[in-house]
Amino acid sequence: MNAYAVKLALRHLFSHPAQTALLMLGVALGVAVFIFMSALIGGLATLLTLRTVGSIPHIVLEEPDHDPAVLVPSIGALVVLQKDLSRRNQISIWQPAIPIAEQTPGVTFVSPQIRGAAFVERGQAVASVGVIGVMPGKLSAIADIDAAIVEGSSDLLADGILIGSRLARDLGLRVGQIVRLTSDRGRARSLHIGGIFTLGVASADRQAVYMNFSTARALFDLPTGISRIEIKVQPAIDAPRIAARLRSATALKATAWTEDNTQLFEGLDAQARTGTIIKIFALVTIMVGITSAMSLSVVRRQSEIGIMRAMGAGKTFVVSIFVLEGTLIGLIGALVGTGVTWLALAPLPPVAQVARGGLPIDQAQGGFLVAVVLTTLAGALASIQPALRASRIDPVEVIGS
Amino acid sequence: MTAEAIVTVCGLTKSFGREETETQVLRGIDLSIRRAEMVALLGPSGSGKSTLLTILGTLMRASGGSHDMLGVDLMRASDAQRTEFRSRHLGFVFQFHHLLSDLTALENVMMPAASAAGRETRAMRARATELLNAVGLSDHLDYRPSAMSGGQRQRAAVARALINNPALVLADEPTGNLDRKSADQVMDLIQKINQTTGASFIISTHDEHIAARCSRRIGLLDGNIVAS
Ligand SMILES: Nc1ncnc2c1ncn2[C@@H]1O[C@H](COP(=O)(O)OP(=O)(O)O)[C@@H](O)[C@H]1O
Ligand SMILES: [Mg+2]
Repeated sequence: MNAYAVKLALRHLFSHPAQTALLMLGVALGVAVFIFMSALIGGLATLLTLRTVGSIPHIVLEEPDHDPAVLVPSIGALVVLQKDLSRRNQISIWQPAIPIAEQTPGVTFVSPQIRGAAFVERGQAVASVGVIGVMPGKLSAIADIDAAIVEGSSDLLADGILIGSRLARDLGLRVGQIVRLTSDRGRARSLHIGGIFTLGVASADRQAVYMNFSTARALFDLPTGISRIEIKVQPAIDAPRIAARLRSATALKATAWTEDNTQLFEGLDAQARTGTIIKIFALVTIMVGITSAMSLSVVRRQSEIGIMRAMGAGKTFVVSIFVLEGTLIGLIGALVGTGVTWLALAPLPPVAQVARGGLPIDQAQGGFLVAVVLTTLAGALASIQPALRASRIDPVEVIGS
Repeated sequence: MTAEAIVTVCGLTKSFGREETETQVLRGIDLSIRRAEMVALLGPSGSGKSTLLTILGTLMRASGGSHDMLGVDLMRASDAQRTEFRSRHLGFVFQFHHLLSDLTALENVMMPAASAAGRETRAMRARATELLNAVGLSDHLDYRPSAMSGGQRQRAAVARALINNPALVLADEPTGNLDRKSADQVMDLIQKINQTTGASFIISTHDEHIAARCSRRIGLLDGNIVAS
């Protein structure tokens, strides 16, 4: 590869501007498909993940299961272990875990909660619900209840609750009305409805009831302990790693959201593989295009190649001219393609704000640099075969007197 | 001028094909060309002129015999050595100009030197300009071949053959495609260059008019040298 080969390659490309432009346009189109697929598959993954993790905790800390200790050595004997159901499932000493969790890198919100099952009664209608007792100021730490309020307010007073819109519809409840709530510990209390929310998650909108922390303590007979600590992390995908850290730091059971959503990950995986296949097709199409154009060019220029060989140009020199041409076509086509695609994707809304039915295209996941590198490589690879053919041209055969 | 031989071939043979289809094109050529000689290679079509010039130009290997030039045994030399030798000591003019269509006249003349060196140098540019002046194309340095006449292209091709100061220029029917007037111009030029540079020329032709302007004539008939 030398300066003269570069000059000849460039000169040939510039001497046939229409042909060169057409070829580069083809490459640019292939690159656009490549980037569009990357941005779409990436955006879809982001959107699905956002929708999935938006209203759920990323990590849940709970008291570890206590298995009964084995008091006799189990040599030659069958030992049956039974789950210990004699104790409440609560974290009794939970205060030290809060600052530990809060100071762990990646953690954004920490919410200690009282959880329990209850019945809501109004007249003859009864619904079973899951109560979530949250500390003041932590209402929207896990699911954004503040933003989801459709009626009333999100203030959690000592005798107030927030319910989902489906529950409200099922029981015909309105803000300000009083309901009777009976906990699974047998304690009952009349509470008034302070607000109604719509999270867009059916189970939450039908069953979740948010309540003041101390009210929940009394209803569920938990004077000091709590049920669980819910945690949000950023980015959500780091949850398993952070969960492992918290597990060893707090000695609590830490469950990442990913463990309960394996189907989502299988789906995302399949989607990513589909994207990869389409991207490979785009690259192969680019290579086929460049190879055929270069092969034609070799045939058309064979007497010129012959004359160069006759006049002292080595085989390597001829190879380098054609490989350079292919590489330049790949590189420039890729730059044009990425440039245009970048501009085309720039005005699209961020994935989180995509309207229903719109394509969640994430420009940041377009893989622009990868596209340029791979396409340039494809150009170089695609030109090797025609270049070798050019270098094997026998001057005597093509010069013919 | 000295009388030393720059290229000598003895018993040179060339055949194409194998067994039944084998055709012997050159049947034992003995030939010696001296420095600054201008030799006309005469013979009817198919007599083997192009084949002999191609072998002398190291573009093809002979089937047998010896081929020495400037002290190098070209029968024994490797392909790479022959390529290198060719770019240093040999120049070519063909019936068709074979100028590169993407390059200007000046760049075409520099091409053999530049592709050997890997770049174009100021010295090459100066020498190419000088050669194009000598062939009367000083006004056409930046013309592409497509913008020049047949005679102009062939003169540019002659200039290209001379860029590396070759000891021997092989011209295979260099005026075959030209009209009388252009042919005369090209021959004037070759004669002038031959006299000023001392490069030897072998010019194949079947034109008596051209042969008459050379210092020696060699006749070729059915692959043998004949008196002429
Ligand atoms: N590559 C080749 N394969 C087979 N026969 C060839 C080849 N090149 C030349 N010939 C034959 O050799 C003979 C001499 O050809 P050539 O040297 O071109 O003659 P000239 O230049 O005098 O017309 C012709 O009969 C031609 O058919
Ligand atoms: Mg011939």
